[in-house]
Order: sequence, then C-alpha cells, then structure tokens
Amino acid sequence: MEFKFTEQQEMIRDTADAFLAKSSASAAVRSAMVSELGYDPHLWSSITQEMFWQAIHIPEQYGGMGLGYVELVAMLEQMGRYLLCSPFYSTVCLAGNALLVAGTEQQKEKYLPEIVAGSTATLAYTGAKGGWDASAIDVVCEPQGDGFVLNGIYRFVPDGHSVDLLVVAARAPDTQGEAGISLFVLPAATEGITRQWLPTMDQTRKQAQLEFHDVSVDGASVMQAPGRAWPLLEKIIDLATVAISADQLGGSQKTLDSSVEYLQQRVQFGRVIASYQAVKHKAADMMVKVEASRSAVYYAACIADEALQGEALGSQLAEVASIAKAYCSDAYFHNAGSAIQLHGGVGFTAEYDIQLYFKRAKSTETFLGDGAFHRERLACILLDGEAVA
Amino acid sequence: MKLSFSVEDEHFRNEVAAWLADNLCGEFEQIRHRGGPGDEHMFVQERIAWERQLYSGGWTCVGWPEEFGGRGASIEQQVVFHEEYARAGGPGRIGHIGETLTGPTIIAFGSDEQKQRFLPGILRGEQLWCQGYSEPAAGSDLANIKTKARFCEESGQWSISGQKVWTSLAHESQFCFVLARTDSESVGHRGLGFFLMEMAQPGIEVVPIEQLTGTSEFNEVFFDEAVCGAQDIVGEPGDGWKVAMGLLGFERGVSTLGQQMLFRNEFDEIVRVAKTNGAAQNSAIRQRIADAYVGLQIMRANSMRMLSGGGSGELQKEAMIYKLYWATWHRNLGKLAMDVLGSESEVLEGGPYELGRLQSMYLFTRSDTIYGGTNQIQRNIIAERALGMPREPRG
Repeated sequence: MEFKFTEQQEMIRDTADAFLAKSSASAAVRSAMVSELGYDPHLWSSITQEMFWQAIHIPEQYGGMGLGYVELVAMLEQMGRYLLCSPFYSTVCLAGNALLVAGTEQQKEKYLPEIVAGSTATLAYTGAKGGWDASAIDVVCEPQGDGFVLNGIYRFVPDGHSVDLLVVAARAPDTQGEAGISLFVLPAATEGITRQWLPTMDQTRKQAQLEFHDVSVDGASVMQAPGRAWPLLEKIIDLATVAISADQLGGSQKTLDSSVEYLQQRVQFGRVIASYQAVKHKAADMMVKVEASRSAVYYAACIADEALQGEALGSQLAEVASIAKAYCSDAYFHNAGSAIQLHGGVGFTAEYDIQLYFKRAKSTETFLGDGAFHRERLACILLDGEAVA
Repeated sequence: MKLSFSVEDEHFRNEVAAWLADNLCGEFEQIRHRGGPGDEHMFVQERIAWERQLYSGGWTCVGWPEEFGGRGASIEQQVVFHEEYARAGGPGRIGHIGETLTGPTIIAFGSDEQKQRFLPGILRGEQLWCQGYSEPAAGSDLANIKTKARFCEESGQWSISGQKVWTSLAHESQFCFVLARTDSESVGHRGLGFFLMEMAQPGIEVVPIEQLTGTSEFNEVFFDEAVCGAQDIVGEPGDGWKVAMGLLGFERGVSTLGQQMLFRNEFDEIVRVAKTNGAAQNSAIRQRIADAYVGLQIMRANSMRMLSGGGSGELQKEAMIYKLYWATWHRNLGKLAMDVLGSESEVLEGGPYELGRLQSMYLFTRSDTIYGGTNQIQRNIIAERALGMPREPRG
C-alpha cells in the first residue's frame, strides 16, 4: 500500500501548477471566459503542442503517453485551481474516455491520434429534459442501411458549440431507461446538426445545445455494443465524474488558500482578522473539506486506473465516482460560499476572483449530477437489496 | 499510488485471521464485539483473560520492537492486524493503554530499569494501565495541571497530591502514569514530571463518574500523598511535558482502520434496521445513510493517505483533520441511528436503564467530539498549525 503521489506524479502536478500560474492567471481567465469560444486558441495550442497534456492517459499505440488516471487527475486538480478555460475536459475526459471505453479498434485508430494532435471533442447524452442517468437520453436513433438516423436535442453539452468531434448517445424508438442505448462518433460538422452556444452563469465552462435533425451516420460511426451500450456509457460517465471531482478539489483548495491569504492581510479593530477564532474555525472547516475531498478524489483515481486496465478493483468505479462527486460537489460549494463570506464586501465584487470560483462550484456541482443525485445512486446500492432479517 | 497490500502483508493477514478464528471462540465467544467505546466497563475479567490468550499467540504489542518482546511489525502489518482484529469482532482491548501509550513511552524515554520492570507485564497482558492527565482545571488546557509531586529526601520517594479526572479503567488498573508538577512555582508546560505509579496504595482513591449513559467507564482519581520511588519518574523532573507530548505522537494512526471497521459494523446495523423497518424507503433517510457511507469511505481513504505519508516531522494535513473528521462523523451516525429507529429509538431493552447497542452508541458519541481534544480545539490546531493563522492569546 502506497497511497501517495510518486515522484513522477508530483512532477506532473508541479509542472501543471507552474504552467497554469503563468498562462491561466486571472486576466487570461477573464479574457477567455467572455468569448463565445470560451478559450484562448493560442493557449490550447501550447497545451496540446508543447505540454502534450491531452495525450497523458491515451495509450502509446494511439500516439499518447500511456500514463494513468492518477496523473490525469493530478493535472485536472491544477486546472480547477486556476479556473482553466479550455476544451481539455470535454476532449480528454468525455470524448477521450468514450473512445477508450466504447470505441471500436478502427475508431480508436482514427480518432485518438486526432485528439493527440490537438483536435477537440466532447460527449453529449443528456436530452432536452435534463438529468444525468440513462433516462436523460432522449435523442432517438432509427436503423437506416448499415447505420442510423438520429433526431432530437442535446442540452448542457460542454464545449458542444466549438468542438471538432462528437460522441453522442441515442436510444432506439420506444425504449426506456437503460435499454436500447447506442453510441456514435461523428464529426460535429455532419449535416443536420445545429449547434447553439448557451450563455451560462459560470462563464469559465462553456455549454451548448445540439439539435439533430435527420442526421445520418454510417456503420463506421457506430460504437461498441449498439442497442445495449448503457454499461459502457455508464463507465464513461463514471470516469468523467471522477475527473470533474478533481477540478472541484482544485477549486476548493484555491478558495481556502485565497481566503487565508486575505484574512492574514485584512486588519480590523487593530488585528488581522485571521486572529479571530470565529474566522479561524471557518477556515479550519474548509480545510477539513479540502483534505477529505483530496482523499476521495485520489482514491477514485486509483480505482479509475484499475477500471481502465480491467483490474479487479475497477468494479468499485461507480461507487467511488459517486462518493467523490457527492462529497466534492458539496465541499466546493461550501468552501466557495464560505470564501465569499470570509472576504467580506470585496468577496461580492466582480474584481476579486472568488466570485468566479463560486460560480464554477455551482456549475460543476450540477454537471453529471449533484450531491443528492449521487447519494441516491449510492442508496440504491446500499439499501435496495433484499431485506435482512 | 497503489491501494493493495503486498503479498507478504496478505500472508500476515491470513495468519492473523486464522489465529483469531481458532482462538476467539469457546469461552471468548461471549466477548466478541464487546468492550469497545461506550461498553468498556463490560466483561472486564473475560477481557483480561483474553489479553493473556493474545499474549500466548504472540499478538500483544505487535508494533513493539522485537528486543522488547514485540513482533516489530511494520506499519502495514499493524494496520492489517487491527483490521482483522476488528473484522473478527475482537473485544475492546483492555490492555490498550499499556500497549499503545505506556510501553512506547518507556521504550522511548524510560530507563533500563523501567523497561525491565514494566514492559514484560504489559506484554503478557498482566498489568493494566490508566492515564492520569486531565484534571478538573486542565481539560483542553492540559498544561494547567495542578497535581503536585514533591520529592521527600527522608523517604527517598516522590509524594503526589492532587486530582485526576476522566481516567478510564482506573478501578481495574494496577498502574497509572501521572503528569504532575515537580516545580511548585512553575506554570504551564514547564516544571512537570511524568510518573509511573502503583494504584494499590492508601494515598489513591478511585471514584467512578456516572455518565449520561448510566454507566461508568471514567473515574475521578484522588491522590493524597500517594508515593512512588525515585526511579519511577520517566526522564528528569521538568521533562514531563516533552514525555507527555511524545506519547501523543506514538499512535500514528495504525488503529484507525480498525476503528473504522467498528464504525462499519455500526453502519451495517443501521442499514439492517432501515431495511427491516421501512426507513430505507424514506428519501430523507436514504440521503443521510448514503452521506454516512460517503463519510466512512473517505475516512478510510484518508487513513490510507495518513499511513502512507509520515515522513519525519512532515506536516500531514490528512492527519491533522482526522480527529475532527471522525468524531463529527460518528456523532452524526448516532443521530442517524435514532432517526432510523424512529419511535422505537426511545424504548429500552429493559429497565431500569438498559440501553440497546445503537442507543448506547448514540449517547456515547456525544463524548467523541469532546475527549482527546474537542472539536473547537481541533479547529484551533488546524487553523494555527496547518493554515498558519495567528495563535490564540493565552493567559
């Protein structure tokens, strides 16, 4: 048992920290977030061409670096900490994982090298009525030749308006829940797709609505297990859930660090306000939540690694993903809210960055299911078996 | 990062489990799952016999160095031992103060004579110890102790007078380690001594404290010119604080995974009740049960971090949050247990005041956030040591 970062993992984390401290400082975030694209193409180019982050957990046979999920999570934590505006999460953690888990060999050989080369991608499955489980899928796919024709609307799609490639889930007509699900990979420019940016309260993570009107896809676009792909999609979503929890961990940490720094400077009644116990205890509670989040996320990352390698502990993925997301969502929101309070009046201004974290806390909380959603998912595992006498 | 234990440690796990399966039965069957926090007053004689049984198998003091009779087990193996012990329903260790506090203190700071005199009795499970730290005016502010130690030149002995409180197992123990003031003019953490004292003597009186559970695990201990020999002080007069603080550092969290196994047993019992009485269908209860599970699983991951770190002197944030985290979690679990039981939570197993397991747990958990450093003190420590915020003014 060695539940801590290796030296190489520490180096990856520190490199990400140093790079983002320069390239994703407040001014850069604020400049990127007000654009409809939502990120600086030059920064994305640096990330993909110089840092090569998008390749981190993609196997070497597809041009990637072949490292693990712990390494990926170490970077995602830093991205959350610096509010990075980029299509990294949608490309690597949504579409990249989808291709790794559910792509056919031909699809992996075609699309993973494109992602490694710097093209962008995302995953869409939630339909117009919202939700994050199987019942949220309401785009319909009907067989047509060796492929399908897709009709319907996807909402809340990260970077959906700007990416090059889409992975989408759709269901057979007249199916419900986990039945009848298929996955497809197709260029975003495919005929019949209308993409619309959705302005959002959190401007650092862009969302879009995608309308599919008689979109034809051929057999080469159909991913593994057509008609019964829910278990694959669930695994993809669980991997993405672990990844967003890491972003939340980084944000939680930053809200604490910013608050402590401010408290150490602000003087009232002749003392720095960090010396008041009412304030110290609030900060201590924030640290408890940060460190518990960290334990949850790193543990989940280890399990995600095992799940991607097909190892035994990988069977815990759904559980640890929900544990991490339930805890980190509530922790980030709590910490960001506390941080505004601890900053006092300036916490309410647009000038201080703490408001950006407060908004990202809420948007990441909602995305892929909030704390209550994931607790109910765990309750089903814990409570809905046979009654024990 | 690696979550699994090594092949050697898994062999060790099998060895522990097999021994417990062969020995924790027969006359000891009745003490399985008994004697833990809130239940420490139960089955005392049987648990003393169990200590000796453990010794016969070489399972006391597994973390002590081999030269003092321990197994010299690695941190991982100690974790495995605690996990398997809890999994098997091993009773609350009545010898734990001697094994985890007195012994390591004597090994680290004691004289050769003290090692020879005290370690074998602890090892064999024959000498039980209690801890004389807290006083009526020294709870969170431990350095404010008033108990005085005076060296009497004529008798060549130390004479101790004062009062200790919250002393668990004092009425069952043969020995007590006592923090007392050797310099009567001193204040705070200076001028203290750390004494090893026999309990059976005219100058010591033990008075049980009846708790809100109706039971008495804790005691008041009164010292009225109680004596111990000149050789029974650990370190020099004035070293007491250093010795006492060193003692607090020995625990290192190896028992945390075992503690969590106990928590898991309680959690499983709550789930069993919820499934049986229909509370599992209540959406608010479902959320809280799941939340408790989230908290427990994170506690486990946090312990694994804690055990994997431990570079010398390095500040481990996951260790600093541990007490506040588990105490708060466990207190909430007690409340959850009662809410799952609903109206039945009020009805006792028998009169006049026989609490059921979950009722006892519920009441006892109110002490979790107080003993061993209150939640408020824990927050001060986190804010000051981990976050670097200014220290509280001290009088």
